[in-house]
Amino acid sequence: MSEKEYEKYYVPAESPWPFMGAVALFLMAVGAGNFVIESTRGKEGYGAYILGAGFIVLIVMLVGWFRNQIHESMSGMYSAQLGRSYRQGMSWFIFSEVMFFGAFFGALFYARFISVPWLGGASNNDMTGEILWPTFEAIWPLVQTPGGLTTEAMPWTGLPLINTVLLLASSVTCHFAHVALENNNRGKLKLMLGLTVLLGAIFMVMQIEEYIHAYNEMNLTLQSGIYGNTFFLLTGFHGFHVTLGAIILFIMLLRVFKGHFTPDNHFAFMAASWYWHFVDVVWVILFAVVYIF
Amino acid sequence: MTTATDSTHIDDHHDDDHHEHHIPPGIKRWLYTTNHKDIGTLYLWFAFIMFLTGGAMAMVIRAELFQPGLQIVDPNFFNQMTTVHGLIMVFGAVMPAFTGLANWLVPMMIGAPDMALPRMNNWSFWILPFAFAILLASLFMEGGGPAFGWTFYAPLSTTYSNDGTALFVFAVHIMGASSIMGAINVIVTIFNMRAPGMTWMKMPLFVWTWLITAFLLIAVMPVLAGAVTMVLTDKFFGTSFFDAAGGGDPVMFQHIFWFFGHPEVYIMILPAFGIISAIVPTFARKRLFGYASMVYATASIALLSFIVWAHHMFTTGMPVAAELFFMFATMLISVPTGVKVFNWVATMWRGSMTFEVPMLFAIAFIVLFTIGGLSGLMLAIVPVDFQYHDTYFVVAHFHYVLVTGAIFSIMAAVYYWLPKWTGKMFHIGLAKWHFWCSLVSVNVLFFPMHFVGLAGMPRRIPDYALQFADFNKWISIGGFAFGLSQLIFLALLIKACKKQGEPVSDQVWEGAEGLEWEIPSPAPYHSFETPPVVK
Repeated sequence: MSEKEYEKYYVPAESPWPFMGAVALFLMAVGAGNFVIESTRGKEGYGAYILGAGFIVLIVMLVGWFRNQIHESMSGMYSAQLGRSYRQGMSWFIFSEVMFFGAFFGALFYARFISVPWLGGASNNDMTGEILWPTFEAIWPLVQTPGGLTTEAMPWTGLPLINTVLLLASSVTCHFAHVALENNNRGKLKLMLGLTVLLGAIFMVMQIEEYIHAYNEMNLTLQSGIYGNTFFLLTGFHGFHVTLGAIILFIMLLRVFKGHFTPDNHFAFMAASWYWHFVDVVWVILFAVVYIF
Repeated sequence: MTTATDSTHIDDHHDDDHHEHHIPPGIKRWLYTTNHKDIGTLYLWFAFIMFLTGGAMAMVIRAELFQPGLQIVDPNFFNQMTTVHGLIMVFGAVMPAFTGLANWLVPMMIGAPDMALPRMNNWSFWILPFAFAILLASLFMEGGGPAFGWTFYAPLSTTYSNDGTALFVFAVHIMGASSIMGAINVIVTIFNMRAPGMTWMKMPLFVWTWLITAFLLIAVMPVLAGAVTMVLTDKFFGTSFFDAAGGGDPVMFQHIFWFFGHPEVYIMILPAFGIISAIVPTFARKRLFGYASMVYATASIALLSFIVWAHHMFTTGMPVAAELFFMFATMLISVPTGVKVFNWVATMWRGSMTFEVPMLFAIAFIVLFTIGGLSGLMLAIVPVDFQYHDTYFVVAHFHYVLVTGAIFSIMAAVYYWLPKWTGKMFHIGLAKWHFWCSLVSVNVLFFPMHFVGLAGMPRRIPDYALQFADFNKWISIGGFAFGLSQLIFLALLIKACKKQGEPVSDQVWEGAEGLEWEIPSPAPYHSFETPPVVK
């Protein structure tokens, strides 16, 4: 590292956006809290409006903040060192997301290998089974809960398998888009990036299809015991991340059409593609442990 | 945003580049700031206000427990007080105080112009006042605030909690977002902004300990977010993660929570180790004994912190093999911790010791934190924990490590670096009063808790059996005295912020070494516009 790089490190002046972001999160937290209470308890209130207001403030903040950021980047204020800061920051953010999914995977493994077998009398829990739920059978997927709810297990063939292929393909096209960008092949970049967004969108439509099928024909709902809980929270949070990732990639596509990004200055694009690959990897693990095994 | 405003912004940046920086007047300076020192100041004052708020709740608790029988508050409100006291002290006082110190000190110590991501830095601060506003506001809502203990065990937080739990959940979510952003910033700053020549093994220990703390934060705050999310869906959307009737398990909550919670306790103590490792060499006028071993010990503690969580759960009926594993893993932590205590003592050995206020707090830390560590070792022993679990012995243990550990180290840090921040020596008389009053009262407050705990007094109760009355009276007296002692600190800080006192030299303390002591006092708004070369 030369000293020159340090001299150029860009420290931004005051900015209203971070504070606005805090206001947005405040409104969203208050709104979401009240909305959850009101919608599940049948109460009247303003939760949904506050939550909506929070979203709007968040979007205004993001647009403003990123506009500043893009402007700064394109007027050449950033140094290689700042680029490293951004890349490292993004990697650690993705790591935090991995840990968030880890909590839910942990719950799945705990239920599967500890709590369900124990409820069936495994380990030193003979009496739990005998006294509380003598007819309970410890199997996975847990299609009948100790409390007596029944459901069906989602097969891995069919729709989930197609979705896996779609998402894996989108990761490949995303990588091709990145390579095209680095080779300054704008036509191929637009094609591949557009294809990635399209595959992501199809994935989401299929996912919604799967949910409708689960609810209507399989009696597999968020309430159907620990199998349904882990199924919907894992696929749901994953789907939320896919949606987010697809929106980010779509914005990248718009920026590509506006002529942004050069072969050696495209941190935003790279961060978006990293995020997309991460979402993809989570799906592969999820497909293996939620659907297949 | 119009393009015109955008371009004025850009112009500002150009000014900034040429370092013709002006400090904007009024409230906007604090709302919009991107300066690590301003943000550090905000964090520190926020933490101190939360410390007094959480402390006021502790006063309510101690007033109720002054005598046996229900006296002042009703049991539900008492539970809200213990819960919110814990949440505020952990997430609102100790963690933001350390983040504030990191903001102030890390860039100065490694020779950086600022934190690596200054705008995100401001975002992560300003989330906190809002998050705690939500938490505090919930106390005044229908049904009251959270009353399930700061650990929010299911089913207390699911089946038996009030609906305000939803607000608690989202407040924790945004607090977590704030912590993660703060931690990312610290890591990136340390990885990427060190001055030329500031190699890893030349970094001050405060920087090292904070780096490792930041890793812990990024690894476990998302797990906390997962835990509160499952509480939310269990309570409001009919899932059964923590309900055996649906195939889940309330004990699973404890596993997930403590997977976060145990690294969390090291998040609250590792930066303290860094602070003590800075102060002791200065006032012993000797180099720190065993620098490298301190770094490795910190890393070992952090790694071990991921495999000891179930020692909080020995009485939940885990298989014996698991209890043994977690017992031995926990005891293993005393080895690197012992290395640290040994090194501090060895640093003082045959040093030219003087006892300025930061050193007084540091020495109190070493002695009293060790007491807390030893009671922790007792709690790690499974058969012994069967008796101590959920008694005042546990309360005594974690208040020794958190109050006389974490909080004392924060006070030591403030006294140590305050003259550098303000350029003026603080009021030494008040500081000594603060130290001695705190030291005596904190022991009157927490030491007898060991006895009532060993005798079987359970924690988190508003009333207790008569045989505990005498000790509880003294505990409460100690508590009020400790609370009042902090007002001395408040007075001192107000004087310091008004820039009263004798001007200090750049080095401030005779034996102080490090980059932060080479820049002027008070530290200029931008410390290192061009990086210093570290030899």
